[in-house]
Amino acid sequence: MKVLIVDDEEKFVSALAERLVIRGIEADWATTYSEALSKAETKRYDVAVLDVKMPGMSGIELRRRLESVDPHLRFILVTGHGSEEDYDIGRRESCFYILKPFKIETLLEKLEQAVNR
Amino acid sequence: MTISQDLLAKFKPRFLDSGTSAPPDSVLFNYRKFWLLSILLRAAVSLIPMSILLIFSYTMENEAIRNENRLHTVRVTSNARRAVAFFLEERLDALRFLTKEMKFETLKDSAELAEILRNLKIGFGGFVDLGLINSAGVQISYAGPFDLEGKIYGDQNWYIKGIKAGSFVSDVFRGYRGLPHMIIALRMSLEKGDSYILRATLDMKKLAKMLSSLEISEKSDAFLCNHEGLLQTPSRYYGNPLERIELPIPAYSPHSGVLETRDKARNRILLGYAYIENSPYILMLVKRSAEIMKGWHSIRKQINWFFAASVIVILLLVFGISTVMVNKIYDADLTRLKAMERLESSSRLISVGRLAAGVAHEINNPLAIIGENAGLIKDLFTLKKEYQGDPRLMQIIDDVLESVERCGEITKQLLGFARHFEPEITPIQIRQVLREVLSFLGKEASYRNITIDLDIPDDLPVVYSDHGKLQQIFLNLINNAFQAMKDGGRLVISAREREKGSVSVSVTDNGCGISEEDQKTIFEPFFTTRVSKGGTGLGLSITYGLLRKLKGDISMHSKLGEGTTFTVDLPTNPEAEIRNESPDC
Repeated sequence: MKVLIVDDEEKFVSALAERLVIRGIEADWATTYSEALSKAETKRYDVAVLDVKMPGMSGIELRRRLESVDPHLRFILVTGHGSEEDYDIGRRESCFYILKPFKIETLLEKLEQAVNR
Repeated sequence: MTISQDLLAKFKPRFLDSGTSAPPDSVLFNYRKFWLLSILLRAAVSLIPMSILLIFSYTMENEAIRNENRLHTVRVTSNARRAVAFFLEERLDALRFLTKEMKFETLKDSAELAEILRNLKIGFGGFVDLGLINSAGVQISYAGPFDLEGKIYGDQNWYIKGIKAGSFVSDVFRGYRGLPHMIIALRMSLEKGDSYILRATLDMKKLAKMLSSLEISEKSDAFLCNHEGLLQTPSRYYGNPLERIELPIPAYSPHSGVLETRDKARNRILLGYAYIENSPYILMLVKRSAEIMKGWHSIRKQINWFFAASVIVILLLVFGISTVMVNKIYDADLTRLKAMERLESSSRLISVGRLAAGVAHEINNPLAIIGENAGLIKDLFTLKKEYQGDPRLMQIIDDVLESVERCGEITKQLLGFARHFEPEITPIQIRQVLREVLSFLGKEASYRNITIDLDIPDDLPVVYSDHGKLQQIFLNLINNAFQAMKDGGRLVISAREREKGSVSVSVTDNGCGISEEDQKTIFEPFFTTRVSKGGTGLGLSITYGLLRKLKGDISMHSKLGEGTTFTVDLPTNPEAEIRNESPDC
């Protein structure tokens, strides 16, 4: 399984990617939307894990852009913000929505579901 | 409480104790002072003009009646004087006629004189006897009831005066007969130069009768007295003839007059008097002021009663109106104060919620970093053989991860307090929701021997609300009640349609209660009394947020040591607009 993780917090995203790698998942990470877009253009991913709030471009917008690059890509939205608005968007845009902080098991589960959907 | 106390409590103004229970700055103004001022002002405005009018009219009436009485007394006295004077003059004229008409020889003969007296009595009346006295002062002929022929009168006052003046009216004296009487004397001069006196005793009774007819009211008195103050005719209150009257003798005046004075018994009297010309008499008419004013006093008494009744009615009205008015102001102020307090506390809760959400958000990101990096360390340790077997390291990492998880739970709850998901409104039976909630807690209740009474009427209307949120609300409240109670406590859950469109559900426990200090902050996040037992202090604040979202309301009533009641008001109306107070994060 190939996963692209996008979050502006490098310490978070790098650690998460490494943990997924340890668990046998091919995980790449990006801290900006442009980096994420260029990675998606060069490599085909199964699932993208996006932070909803990022500087420059929101996770929602990024999802749209990534979708146009690769229509088969599945998405999981992650946020530390629990506002109603975000929740609604998350629910509408994607069936997978996780609140930070989360257990790695939760993410693995969601990844599994996303791929098998 | 007895009926009278009940009544008293009903009429006791509500604001009277307002100064004592509430802190001084929360009372908008001094109701008691305002109330008293209002009563005083109203009473003064209505009573003072009334009293002034009453006093003014009393004074005027008094003056008018006094003047009228004076005038009346003068008039009556004047008339009486004329009558008495006429009476005397008439008798004198009769004698004068006799002296001209009758021959001296006829008058000298006592038998003839008796005939004349008889005719006088028939023609005029008022004569008692008749006598002729010669110049030596000897009564040479007499006709009348006494045997006075031959008596000598030469030294008597009336005889001397009569000879001198030609005619004389005497005052009352006893004389030879020993009885009080008055006489009139007329001189008749013969050609020879001899002077005789024709004398007649007048009937006092006739005069007295004439005077008594003047006594208009019962307590008035009319009589004659001479210039020395000796009574001449009988009086009702001031003695018998020839006794001295205890009244001031007014100075001589040719006209009738009136004096206001006091008699011996210190009664105020109105004394009408008139000097009767050509006689030693003063006519006196005494009226007692108290008697004169009697009729007026009885009217005044009625007016006074009416006035007193009016004053009482006015005072009652003034009291009532002022009380109702100040009560209304007091209630309005109280309502406003309460509304202000509620507004303040709800806006505080909202801002606290906003803050909490902000804090939670800021914390969640670093928390995620800690979590992932700690997880990474664990993963790396698990891979490397030299750390794998070290239980202490593993334990440390697990502790960190567990703490991150706990923090995550708290921030999620915090966000839950601020976040309001769109509720899903469906018709709900309160009984059904409560049964579901109690089924979670039934085990704990039976284990702790807690009695749960459900008091829900069958006709309770259906509530349109969010099922899951209602469950959460009741779960929180009942859970709190359980925490507050000791084993063997009693929980009462009752539901009522309190007013149209609203159902109240109250959860009452007989637990430890909440102190007044804590009651103020009970709905704020992180407020908990169960610090050591792992309470997060978010239960009630979340409940509060949920209820606001459902357009409901929550209130509490608690007494330390007796228990607590939380009351939840829910709208039954499906169209009820959902409150939108969610902070814009």
